[in-house]
Amino acid sequence: MTARRVVITGVEVIAPGGVGARKFWELLTEGRTATRGITFFDPSPFRSRVAAEVDFDPYVHGLTPQEVRRMDRAAQFAVVAARGAVADSGLALDALDPYRIGVTVGTAVGSTMSLDEDYRMVSDDGRLDLVDHTRADPHFYNYFVPSSFAAEVARTVGAQGPSSVVSAGCTSGLDSVGYAAELIREGTADVVVAGATDAPISPITLACFDAIKATTPRNDEPERASRPFDGTRNGFVLGEGAAVFVLEELESARRRGARVYAEIAGYATRSNAYHMTGLRADGAEMAEAITVALDEARMHPTDIDYINAHGSGTKQNDRHETAAFKRSLGDHAYRTPVSSIKSMVGHSLGAIGSIEIAASILAIQNNVVPPTANLHTPDPECDLDYVPLTARDQLIDAVLTVGSGFGGFQSAMVLAQPERSAA
Amino acid sequence: MTASVVVTGLGVAAPNGLGEQDFWNATLAGKSGIGPLTHFDASGYPARLAGEISDFTAEGQLPSRLMPQTDRVTRLSLVVADWALADAGVRPAELPEFSMGVSTASSAGGFAFSQQELKNLWSKGSQYVSAYQSFAWFYAVNTGQISIRNGMKGPSGVVVTDQAGGLDAVAQARRQIRKGTSLVVAGAVDALLCSWGWVGLHTSGRLSTAEEPTRAYLPFDDRAVGHVAGEGGALLIMESGDSARARGAEVYGEIAGYAATFDGREPGLRKAVELALADAGVTAADVDVVFADAAAEPELDRVEAEAIVEVFGPHGVPVTAPKTMTGRLYAGGAALDLATAFLALREDTIPPTVHTEPAERYGLDLVVSQPRAARLRTALVLARGHGGFNSAMVVRS
Repeated sequence: MTARRVVITGVEVIAPGGVGARKFWELLTEGRTATRGITFFDPSPFRSRVAAEVDFDPYVHGLTPQEVRRMDRAAQFAVVAARGAVADSGLALDALDPYRIGVTVGTAVGSTMSLDEDYRMVSDDGRLDLVDHTRADPHFYNYFVPSSFAAEVARTVGAQGPSSVVSAGCTSGLDSVGYAAELIREGTADVVVAGATDAPISPITLACFDAIKATTPRNDEPERASRPFDGTRNGFVLGEGAAVFVLEELESARRRGARVYAEIAGYATRSNAYHMTGLRADGAEMAEAITVALDEARMHPTDIDYINAHGSGTKQNDRHETAAFKRSLGDHAYRTPVSSIKSMVGHSLGAIGSIEIAASILAIQNNVVPPTANLHTPDPECDLDYVPLTARDQLIDAVLTVGSGFGGFQSAMVLAQPERSAA
Repeated sequence: MTASVVVTGLGVAAPNGLGEQDFWNATLAGKSGIGPLTHFDASGYPARLAGEISDFTAEGQLPSRLMPQTDRVTRLSLVVADWALADAGVRPAELPEFSMGVSTASSAGGFAFSQQELKNLWSKGSQYVSAYQSFAWFYAVNTGQISIRNGMKGPSGVVVTDQAGGLDAVAQARRQIRKGTSLVVAGAVDALLCSWGWVGLHTSGRLSTAEEPTRAYLPFDDRAVGHVAGEGGALLIMESGDSARARGAEVYGEIAGYAATFDGREPGLRKAVELALADAGVTAADVDVVFADAAAEPELDRVEAEAIVEVFGPHGVPVTAPKTMTGRLYAGGAALDLATAFLALREDTIPPTVHTEPAERYGLDLVVSQPRAARLRTALVLARGHGGFNSAMVVRS
């Protein structure tokens, strides 16, 4: 029996800078940034006051008042993106056996915004030790358990196969799609609507990242605040958003004449078993994940045409990652363009891995490498080709995209043109 | 032919017993861990009973530096993982780092930690929020901390499907082992018994507000009025059959089959059972006992009883819900049921469902009051998550 191969046939992106995959790709290829001073609430008490916010009106995107009331913003993103991805795929899901359709939704921090707001209500702004259940939002259980995200997406697409939230901190967006691909490969599902969402721009998130100085204090130049691989970088910019895909088995996608964006050729995740937030400089565990993902794709390092980096813009991440690329790809790391779209759309925690998969498959579709914005000052310890400022036209058959997350998670995925990847 | 995946170690923390042996003894004795809530003053809330773990202290079992950075659920998880590894006779430091992984489920993360830091934020100011808030509450925390404590660098992750998660995390571990990882710590522990978590559990609309512990959680009973919430769960040491044999490990049994579905036009539980049996290569007649999800909500009980009767026939298989002694432990509960199933297989004893008087209309052979001796080779464990998640797992001795 030949192994089942998994391809992406639909995509939708909700990212800072504009809702929709087209606006997302325009932002990236024009090298514009969507980071700005926080508008959702008064950020003045915080050290870091910049974020990449999405201008998102749920009603414009077809959600009903009832749906808006029962869903956290992150769930709204996921549902709108899921509907968009299914429409983009042209797949008539209602003609399929619903038990062969699965759902996976990645999230790092679930309904953080609603939890923060609800806590203020039930505790009277922190005055009550014993919170008041009579003030709780009637939909609070949906915020309490992030599994509600997968339930909402499963309901909206009519899936009755395996459905779950996959959560591994900031690699959730890669792991969710990796998990989904495995469901198809092993034969459990034929189609999986898979992606990730997070909407973490709330006071509690700002406060906890302030406390560990993970986010940038570059408040006076918000549009230039996210500086992955730049020598002056000093932390990431918090973002939000979602990307959702339709994953199908390759042969059935071909039979129906589907547009295939890319094959999920290889995926692996490893842990550093070192520290919940710290990284060892050698990048050994991310390198291992990359090597295993390449093996699964039956590819060599030299097959990789573009690396979509985690590139969060913290001092330690960008060095760690640079070391991991060199360790896993050898000299080819120096010859391969590497870029971080977080320079433009910020770091949306559990969502960003899926948003970066979207960037990767659009890079393959369009043969364009998105740039790293705001990269002006080289860092001697980050000495690869990071595609500064301007997008680059280039034939792209295979992309490596990686993620690194709190909890020690290190994930890597290889996406490829199915005709040109190893069979 | 796919290689077998076996369980070689169990770690258990339940309201009626800490550690595998205490828990099993209590379960056979019908000893319930349900009582008045003591972790906080619950007198002002509609529900006031819970299955609390009252005799757990992390001090002495975990390094003191971990205390400020961990929620109760993570401390429980770390200690339970230690017990499971010891039970399996595994010393992680002696094994290749990349050959070991962790797969857990969580329902709502480290909720008490979050409540404390939100209180600091809103009552005192953002500069009073703990540096550990960035990871101590999130859903991946237990997997991350277990991997760090035990030097496990292999594939690790977290699934969140409410109560079904305890089975889904074990199924994910089975996938990783089939792809070559030698050992995975898998399962779930949940601990949500803080006042804000309590409010969250209330908003499910499914908490029993009964006052009397023996009448509060009565699945498949005409008097069913919802469930009692509890804390705890189980972690399992899973290995490939080959590597367990190679090291001469004692084996509890095999994860033989699994399936997950989601409710749609009709409830998906029956389909999950059928697919799990097919995955295990067994028929309904091969199943010796069913560990029920046991929601204790009339409509959910009806759906579950119908699924069981449709697959096994009326009174066609012994059914039990030992979680009547612990309360529902959310993701932890499904993992605990799995551990209980392995203990039942080993002892050829079906633990009882306590306090319930089964309604005849459900057509179930519910094992009530006393344990039942039976030759047990194959067990089916069911779990449902709020919103429509169904999981079914077949285990075999």
